[in-house]
Amino acid sequence: MTKNVYLDFAATTFTHPQIVEAMLPYFTESFGNPSSIYSFSDRNRAAIQKAREQAAAVLNCAPAEIFFTSSGTEADNWALQGVAWSHENKGRRIITTKIEHHAVLHTGHFLAERGFDVVYLDVDAEGKISLDQLKKAMTKETILVSVMFANNEIGTIQPIAEIGELCRERGVIFHTDAVQAAAHVPIDVQAMKIDMLSMSAHKFYGPKGVGVLYIRKGTKVGNFMHGGAQEKGRRASTENVAGIVGLGAAIERTASHMNEEGKRVAALRDRLIAGVMDRIPHAKLNGAPGAGRLPNNANFSLIGLEGETMLMDLNAAGISASTGSACSSGSLDPSHVLMAIGLSHELAHGSLRLTLGETTTQEDIDYVLDTLVKSVARRREMSPLWEDYLAGLKKA
Amino acid sequence: MYSQTVMEHFTNPRNVGEIPDADGVGQVGNPKCGDIMKIFIRVTDNVITDIKFKTFGCASAIASSSMATELVLGKTLEEAWKLTNTAVAEALDGLPPIKMHCSVLAEECIHAAINDYRRKQGFEPWAEKTHDELVDEHSHHHH
Repeated sequence: MTKNVYLDFAATTFTHPQIVEAMLPYFTESFGNPSSIYSFSDRNRAAIQKAREQAAAVLNCAPAEIFFTSSGTEADNWALQGVAWSHENKGRRIITTKIEHHAVLHTGHFLAERGFDVVYLDVDAEGKISLDQLKKAMTKETILVSVMFANNEIGTIQPIAEIGELCRERGVIFHTDAVQAAAHVPIDVQAMKIDMLSMSAHKFYGPKGVGVLYIRKGTKVGNFMHGGAQEKGRRASTENVAGIVGLGAAIERTASHMNEEGKRVAALRDRLIAGVMDRIPHAKLNGAPGAGRLPNNANFSLIGLEGETMLMDLNAAGISASTGSACSSGSLDPSHVLMAIGLSHELAHGSLRLTLGETTTQEDIDYVLDTLVKSVARRREMSPLWEDYLAGLKKA
Repeated sequence: MYSQTVMEHFTNPRNVGEIPDADGVGQVGNPKCGDIMKIFIRVTDNVITDIKFKTFGCASAIASSSMATELVLGKTLEEAWKLTNTAVAEALDGLPPIKMHCSVLAEECIHAAINDYRRKQGFEPWAEKTHDELVDEHSHHHH
């Protein structure tokens, strides 16, 4: 019995076979450089344009506002640095949050080292920012607000439309890292007043190595990649034609069944959450409940356990999952997201993230629950921290 | 990332549990770092005749505890004291560099249990190196 249950869709998805098929001609028969003037490259130019339209349709923007990048990380770097260097004469304050992906967080640190005043908003126990704190932080010197759409670890969705409204009223550019949200939850850059948005194809069944930065027309953003005149002179580098085709096809496909798939996956996620809370004593759900989180995200803290131990036990049973514990990340500090929502080190080290996807079945969920329940009982039995925790409960 | 020996000791750890009324108990690590190790020893005629451990930590912490307890079982206290973290790591067919501190914890925990025994017997504890000294000592081999 070699099971293979993949529950790390927030890390990456498979590339859907339909998408691979759509991409294939652009590796072999239609390989022309889109910048070349001969008609051999016409098909490639048209394919890129089609992908631009497919991405624009999902975000409700104009195709000309879609800029292809190599990744979500590049899109985030471009958004922050592009705005920073183009607006530093107006002001040097950039507001973001403590729970951003490292692509934003570390770019923020980079800019702070170069004289920008980068403010990191707190989040509450569910992982939501406070609009009041944001309002207070928005000084006249503020040039950019960057708040992620939905968190990659705990799935919490931010009040994006309200943030967009605040930024629009004050004439501040609003960027959102929507890498986890795009094609999975409804996004409308007009209604939500989003000026810039990052996304990445490999989170919605497209290929790795291709992303998008949406830039609202009229938003002043300097270039990040310098070189040729691709992407209307805004982003140099020969277009990753097959990747771009894959991104376009994937966002169209995934967004087209967003509602049905979202409901299906949320029901499985709720079965998983209910199973963990019922069958594992003293389990804690991290992040917002119900509709406040991504439909495919479950994140737990299991006191007395270290995350990597759970991952290895699950791995031995053929299950792929993730943790915010330090031990698996190669650093000594546990996840900055789990610390920002106020977890103790013990709870942050004992975290487990399970993210579901299109191929996840009820059988998978039940199998994971059975495996996890056994692992937790066995590993807690050998954990002095669990013993101390129980002793503490008795005293209290 | 882990050797087969680490995986084996993680999956089937030896000497898990507690010794009621142990002759010596050592506990090292803290929850902040994500590792706590506790070792119980029974000492008969200066020899470790029984040993048990409980560990909160990652796979390499559990495997290091298991291996360290195996290595000192049946040894005199003087022999057990000489167990180094590198010996634990070597017996496990290596640990990833970032996980070497787990073997350091195992060495420290054995020392803590032995000194707890010595104190209970009214002897002077033997001089222990600090965790940082041990980690430093080790990291010189790597950097």
